[in-house]
Amino acid sequence: MSSLSTNEIPASRWSRIWNSKMGHSFRGNPVAVVSLAIFLVIAFGAIFAPLIAPFDPYDPGQIDIMNSEYPPIWIEGADPQFLFGTDDQGRDLWSTILYGTRLSLMIGLCAVALQAVLGISIGLLAGYIGGRLDSLLMRLADIQLSFSTLMVAIIFLAVTQAMFGSETFNQYAIYFLIAVIGVAEWPQYARTVRATVLAEKKKEYVDSARVLGFGPMRIMVRHILPNSLSPIFVISTVQVANAIISEASLSFLGLGMPPSQPSLGSLISSGFDYIFSGSWWITAIPGVVLVVLVLVINLLGDWMRDVLNPKLYKG
Amino acid sequence: MTDIIAPDSRPLLELKQLEKRFVLDKGFLETLKLRRGRIVRERRAVHAVNDVSLSVARGEALCVVGESGCGKSTVARLVAGLLTPSGGEILYDGARTDNRSRAGMMPLRKKMQMIFQNPYASLNPRMTIRQALEEPMHYHNPAMSRAEVRDKVAEVMRTVGVDPSWSMRYPHEFSGGQRQRIAIARALTVDPEFIIADEPISALDVSIQAQVLNLMLEAKEQRGLTYLFITHDLSVVEHFGTRVAVLYLGTLCELADTRTLFENPKHPYTRALLSAVPQLSDDHPKHIRLKGEIPTPINLPQGCPFYSRCTYANDRCRVERPLPVQKPDGSAVACHAVEEDRLDG
Amino acid sequence: MSLLSVRDLTVKFAMRDQTVTALNQISFDVRRGERLGIVGESGAGKSITGFALMNLLSQPGYIDSGHVMFGGEDIVRFSDAQMRRIRGNRMAMIFQDPMVTLNPVLTIGQQMVETLRAHRKLSRAEAEQISILKLREVYIPSPEERLEQYPHELSGGMRQRIVIAIALLLDPELIIADEPTTALDVTIQADIMDLLLELCQSNKVGLILITHDLGVVSQMTERTLVMYAGRIIEAGPTRQIINDPQHPYTQGLINALPQQTLPGHRLKQIPGNMPSPAALPAGCPFHPRCDFAVDICRRVRPEIMRFAEVEIACHEVSRLHGIPYKEESA
Repeated sequence: MSSLSTNEIPASRWSRIWNSKMGHSFRGNPVAVVSLAIFLVIAFGAIFAPLIAPFDPYDPGQIDIMNSEYPPIWIEGADPQFLFGTDDQGRDLWSTILYGTRLSLMIGLCAVALQAVLGISIGLLAGYIGGRLDSLLMRLADIQLSFSTLMVAIIFLAVTQAMFGSETFNQYAIYFLIAVIGVAEWPQYARTVRATVLAEKKKEYVDSARVLGFGPMRIMVRHILPNSLSPIFVISTVQVANAIISEASLSFLGLGMPPSQPSLGSLISSGFDYIFSGSWWITAIPGVVLVVLVLVINLLGDWMRDVLNPKLYKG
Repeated sequence: MTDIIAPDSRPLLELKQLEKRFVLDKGFLETLKLRRGRIVRERRAVHAVNDVSLSVARGEALCVVGESGCGKSTVARLVAGLLTPSGGEILYDGARTDNRSRAGMMPLRKKMQMIFQNPYASLNPRMTIRQALEEPMHYHNPAMSRAEVRDKVAEVMRTVGVDPSWSMRYPHEFSGGQRQRIAIARALTVDPEFIIADEPISALDVSIQAQVLNLMLEAKEQRGLTYLFITHDLSVVEHFGTRVAVLYLGTLCELADTRTLFENPKHPYTRALLSAVPQLSDDHPKHIRLKGEIPTPINLPQGCPFYSRCTYANDRCRVERPLPVQKPDGSAVACHAVEEDRLDG
Repeated sequence: MSLLSVRDLTVKFAMRDQTVTALNQISFDVRRGERLGIVGESGAGKSITGFALMNLLSQPGYIDSGHVMFGGEDIVRFSDAQMRRIRGNRMAMIFQDPMVTLNPVLTIGQQMVETLRAHRKLSRAEAEQISILKLREVYIPSPEERLEQYPHELSGGMRQRIVIAIALLLDPELIIADEPTTALDVTIQADIMDLLLELCQSNKVGLILITHDLGVVSQMTERTLVMYAGRIIEAGPTRQIINDPQHPYTQGLINALPQQTLPGHRLKQIPGNMPSPAALPAGCPFHPRCDFAVDICRRVRPEIMRFAEVEIACHEVSRLHGIPYKEESA
């Protein structure tokens, strides 16, 4: 029997996705195609930064302060070694942007993963079990939402910076950032998941699972969760973009990544001092990369929302 | 209500004065209402099932019929343990089931299964047919090997007429009739003895209804199943049921053998219901016209629930709720007019 | 002269990768005041027929070819503006779900007055008078109060009565009712059917009743069309079709009803499912499920042929009537 049924699987998983409704709509939507292409290029550059970048911006041995503030090569007075010029410390801007994008993306993705784990578990519990637990968890979410993410992050990061001292803080900055962005935004997930769970819970397949005697954990994870994935996908893209912006803002304010390991935000911030002294590129180029990155993620999210058309419950 | 005697001495399922209310005003503030300029505390509730007592004997198919809002689906869900009753008792094989925990219900889950109305919603859309069928078997028989489970699933699929080689497909790739077959197969994987079927064919086309009904009859004969069959379709009842319970506004009107009920309906509501079914025959019999429409089951009147629409109603019906009374032909009827012999014919 | 005359109506749906023929060369007539039933299972194309007659098909569906002659004019060629003058006025439609027709944010009165004033030059007061009259005609108690109510305040049966009253507002010549009672309970269904029958008879209104319920068709209509996979496979006087069905599918459909079998016995089921219009089998679309299918049924699609009172599309029936199989009719 098994051999018969394995033969039944039509074509590969990839061709199934390619021919699915999503695949069709993707191919018919040039904005989505271009966005995905740009995103993949940026992600590729970020992932393989150590292989692509001509310099290692973290290695003080490769930095020469004498090289500082070279303009990009298309401007007069440039050093052909440095494609996008150099920053105030003499680091190659191209390499630094690659490494910075890598950091920004990593912080964004990890923070969203943390949000998702927290938010999905809380949303599932609140939606499925309901009653007092639901009220309690949702009031917590309301309280969390009534603080602005940035405000919470600034307070938290400023306090930790003061407590541990700059040195230790800089060493663990990436973890602090992930934690604070992750914790601050879980209610977005929790609310969306709870809303879909409430809708799914009424469907007969959940009753059928209960009549079969399955436990609540199994029903939540194996039955309801897979059917709540579409809205989770959609908010995930938006949340990744938001997390990258939050990280950049915090770094810009000096509460994020230290100048020795610059993310896109800290690069923009460090170049900001020189923007009026003529070295605009230190701020402008990472700024463009940040805007493009966030924009394509948001465009992909828009497209996905149109295709999956889940009921998004916001606010 | 012990006078409603099932053919078998010990019924498989027994409902004793079963009641279910759904409270509408949950929070404290919702219970406050303005009545004639004064604030009163009032808690509205939907009386979905009121004082229903009946029993199902081993091997029979008890049909519960009624119109929308009569509480027939609520009865099914109460029996299946999906809802907890507000009052009364449910006994399965002589033991109470309504007050058990989930763990306490576990042994029953293998004996009692449910088939739902909408085959488009009762299968998890993200699970292949094989996953859907193997899951309950793994869960209830952890000792079974993968190969055994697979063979058993293939066997069950064949008995319901679904090609086992389709088991890697997802529910959306099947038609409504095939999905309902798969849903039946899923219920049969745990080898139940009792099946609650909540409108299992009303979402299907005529020619497919016959297929699914035949399948359920076959399963009954081969496995000795007992059914609690919920439906609004009286022609299906006549064909499938051994006994029939007619519900109106959550209250039992008439309980009788199928033959007796169709040949000699007694309760005025049963008569109206039977006369309203469109027939294929040439003559155009006038159906019994009922006054008005079904009232809402919120805050029921104290008298007979059918009072507002009944042509035989009198003052006694308005104030006193009739109780089911045993008739010589074995049926039980809850109607003052029948009791007093006020009905003609 | 027929009130409505449909000739070779073909409706197609332009899907992503193919064009699906949902209705295939449908022809039938409705005389003035005649009640016609269209029976079939889901996917047979009966609802699409209703929409096509009203010229209400929406993307991706379109009328590919054929004519719908209504009062001597081909309404397939009509512009939207011309169609609006007919819709609701001379031709009305009743849907299964009354909430499709009723606007939830307007009162019953507003909706009835709007409808009237869109087609007739009437003052508000006059329009209200007519509305009350029509509500009384469909046996709605205290119609004056109903005018002030919103649809959600009424029960399902009451809503469907109001939909019927709205359909009758402008004294149409033809009502198309698409499963008008399927969402209702049996006792209410019987009332609504009685009402519709009475109104059609007393006002000489033509009725096209689209339903899956053979019992309803048997009680309500004079003539019946049986549809299968986008085609008419049997047409004729209702009594004759119910009592003596000729086409194997119609026979199967009637025999599959539980009333036709002794209680507790196996029902006479039709095996298999209706094919999807995107993947019709060659030859007769019913042949994979037919007990009488022979070689020719698998190759050649049977044309609909008239035998006395009834029209049937089946090779076997033709043969029984002494007409040999025709190879070239494909």
